[in-house]
Amino acid sequence: MLSDTLEHYVLLSALIFTIGGVGFLVRRNVLVQLMSIELMLNSVNLLLVAFNRVHGETMSGQVFAFFIIAVAAAEVAVGLAIILSYYRLKSTVYTDEADLMRH
Amino acid sequence: MSAGDLLFGLCAVACLAGAITTVSAQNPIRGAMGLLTTIIGIAGLFLKLRAEFLTAIQLIVYAGAVVVLFVFVLMLLGADARAPARSGRSGPSRAIGGGLFAVMSLLALISAGGATGEGGQSGLTRFRAVSAGHGSVEAVGTELFSKGIFAFELASALLIVAVIGAIAVARSRQGSVRAKKVIRSPRDLFAGPVHPRDAGRPLASDGGRPLRSEGAE
Repeated sequence: MLSDTLEHYVLLSALIFTIGGVGFLVRRNVLVQLMSIELMLNSVNLLLVAFNRVHGETMSGQVFAFFIIAVAAAEVAVGLAIILSYYRLKSTVYTDEADLMRH
Repeated sequence: MSAGDLLFGLCAVACLAGAITTVSAQNPIRGAMGLLTTIIGIAGLFLKLRAEFLTAIQLIVYAGAVVVLFVFVLMLLGADARAPARSGRSGPSRAIGGGLFAVMSLLALISAGGATGEGGQSGLTRFRAVSAGHGSVEAVGTELFSKGIFAFELASALLIVAVIGAIAVARSRQGSVRAKKVIRSPRDLFAGPVHPRDAGRPLASDGGRPLRSEGAE
């Protein structure tokens, strides 16, 4: 059952992506939301590498995953800086308090 | 069950357990540890998928830098990062989230079952053998620096801009907010509070008289 096929990787990737998406939508702690975004990015990386293993004549999938890792690192740096700035403003990390632009 | 299948099972279980811990933990430090578990599991899967270079990058960048950055910020915020949110909307949103997850997993299982349903294992895409250098530093680097050189340079520019932006956003604004004391006459040197933060605060040794009244003329 646990054989090593592409479909298992797709299934695992879909599950991790769904967990990340639900975490992003349900949790109110902005740090946990950022971690959920990381989960989604990681699942996409897994999918890219798995498909590159099937089409092994080129390395494009792994190069794409490499760039996703680079962009994710930049995203985390900027995201955590925004969280620190937000915490300085509101003294909380909960997104319920971020209602400045609510009309 | 071969050793490869065992590795896949272990890494998949680690990934799923870590992901569920990440989104369900009340203490964000535990969430960060769950994220670390997921990242290490995915690194193991990369190893199984013959992506040795990406395994190293995953461990260095994610486990070494991103998770440490998360833990840094969590430690910086201290207890405020885990204060429970007491909002009335928490219950329904959790139900919606759980329902969404159930529906998505059901869909994924049905689609996976559709692939195996008729022909047993024959419907599944098995991995073929690949060249010996697949996923090595040399193979990825050759592709990266031939076809992807422009994107590579753009990524380095993006990282520089992101770091500068992070510094600009997270920098404390104390220097620009602090009011400059305007001195027009020598009297002003001794009038008013010494520091803006003492403006509304009475001096203890002065009988509770606020400092502001001294220089209010």
